Amino acid sequence: MNAPQQARHTDGGHVLMKGNEAIAQGAMDAGCRAFFGYPITPQNQIPDYMALHMPEVGGVFLQAESEVAAINMVYGAAATGARVMTGSSSPGVALMQEGISYLAGAELPAVIVNVARGGSGLGNIAPAQSDYFMSVKGGGHGDYRTLVLAPWSVQELYDFMFDAFDLADRYRTPVVVLADAVLGQMMEPMRFDRTPIDPAGLPAKPWATTGARGRKRNIINSLYIVAEELERVNRRIQARLDEAQKEVRWEGHHLDDADLAFVAYGTAARVCLTAMETARGQGIKVGLLRPVTLYPFPSQALADLAERVRAMLVVEMSLGQMVEDVRLAVSGRVPVEFYGRTGGVVPTPRDVCDALAAIREVAPR
Amino acid sequence: MTPPTARTAFAAPESLWPGRMHYCPGCTHGIIHRLIAQAMDDLGIRERAIGIAPVGCAVFAYDYFECDMLEAAHGRAPAVATGIKRVLPDSMVFAYQGDGDLASIGLAEVTHAAARGENITIIFVNNAVYGMTGGQMAPTTLPGMRTSTTPHGRDVRTAGHPIRVCELLAVLDGPGYIERVTVSRPQYVAGAQKAIRRAFETQLEGKGFALVEVLSTCPTRWGMGPGEALEWLEANMVPYYPLGVFVPRGEAGEGA
Repeated sequence: MNAPQQARHTDGGHVLMKGNEAIAQGAMDAGCRAFFGYPITPQNQIPDYMALHMPEVGGVFLQAESEVAAINMVYGAAATGARVMTGSSSPGVALMQEGISYLAGAELPAVIVNVARGGSGLGNIAPAQSDYFMSVKGGGHGDYRTLVLAPWSVQELYDFMFDAFDLADRYRTPVVVLADAVLGQMMEPMRFDRTPIDPAGLPAKPWATTGARGRKRNIINSLYIVAEELERVNRRIQARLDEAQKEVRWEGHHLDDADLAFVAYGTAARVCLTAMETARGQGIKVGLLRPVTLYPFPSQALADLAERVRAMLVVEMSLGQMVEDVRLAVSGRVPVEFYGRTGGVVPTPRDVCDALAAIREVAPR
Repeated sequence: MTPPTARTAFAAPESLWPGRMHYCPGCTHGIIHRLIAQAMDDLGIRERAIGIAPVGCAVFAYDYFECDMLEAAHGRAPAVATGIKRVLPDSMVFAYQGDGDLASIGLAEVTHAAARGENITIIFVNNAVYGMTGGQMAPTTLPGMRTSTTPHGRDVRTAGHPIRVCELLAVLDGPGYIERVTVSRPQYVAGAQKAIRRAFETQLEGKGFALVEVLSTCPTRWGMGPGEALEWLEANMVPYYPLGVFVPRGEAGEGA
């Protein structure tokens, strides 16, 4: 299908699009034909857009009675081999964690978009990055990880839906796209720069439960009573995730001559980009390393960077979650300092520049 | 040499897995499994069927049917069934759930699937107790009934009242067929067979949500012999959970 009817403005191939709508259009263009979700701010334009446009491509939209039901509908649809997704925000994604664990255990591909908001508890509807742990450390019960993509623009919200569905199918795993209220709610120019995928042309999924016509029955399950058998299954799943480490993605900005580096993802990385430009204008040689995949995590890139810079400043919209993984990767080679805002507060470039000035004092020469 | 008048009077349904089931002696899950498999055979739907097993004693049901099967999280089978049926409307989707799974932790999922008129079939096995976890109180445990968490008998003043699922769902507009049956004696088994077949036919005809509640025994957790348990069921459960049709087939069923 072509550019969506909702695109508000076009100019030279660009459209001005809201983040949440780019997610929904990106999913449909990536061959997603089933969406199950429950209303929650600040992601409501995803189900709104799906409700309007999914029927146009012969897909399924269903508003579930809860996030718990929604993720289990995703489980059922994923078991049939369909490209299926849900969208939610932090408290809703927390409710889905049981189902995400079942998806992981049953080796089912699906995409979960989290347009994250402030927490804990009911928190608020402002942008936050406090769901890093929940996203990259497994989130639910059991011994699993999900692949996690961290877009920082409306363009990437669109593009990453293709990547998320491809990764989910390739590694038979749930994939989390971790955005936040800024990304979901803002409008930016973007291009529909990917060729829409016809789901009929996607590779077959011989494991899918579609009815046992002329073949042996398929069973989708995550129950293995014998401990050694469950261990074998968990290792098989982990082996696929080990293979998926090669999918690691990160982006460097002005790292070549940097002696200090910001490390940030998503919205915080956008803020750091502006702060970097300001600081460079003042003669401070600072760069930015932006993890694009949060699992797999760009540990090697950070370890390499630690050989070249005097210190790193991790900036997050949380009290410090990704910083733990950065410190593990850097392994004490250089100081890894932290600046974070929490509760839905987005740091300003000036805040970040001030924090950078403070670490310049402590960074070894 | 086979006499010329011989015919097969009784055989295992093709849709039933031929292996040995794990159920306790006297448990009626095995009978109910057979009735479902027989209905699949009779209607010729095995190759279109996708079944969903619950959490509880029937957790291994995904092994016991010769059709595609899934295991669902506790109580979520109607949501899983919804996801399958919406994507594959020509499939025949059934969920097999116990009383804890459906009427306690999964009450929201079954209620909304019913309200949507989701075109699926649910076999609801009510034996008034949590069997697998050790005989705890179920949402359908009778007043005064002893369980491991109501050791002095269910006191409705503190533990609340049992839930009558068929009656609860029958007030909704979505269901196309709801009936309560039992398998405590052969003539009731025959009636249960008809009801389960009707529940699948309702789905085949696209007439909406179909649920058959089967009153069942748990000799192990009830602390009774199999025969005594069947008698106890008829004397105690049937009066509280009356048998019968709550939504006649084809009357409602305007839904998904």
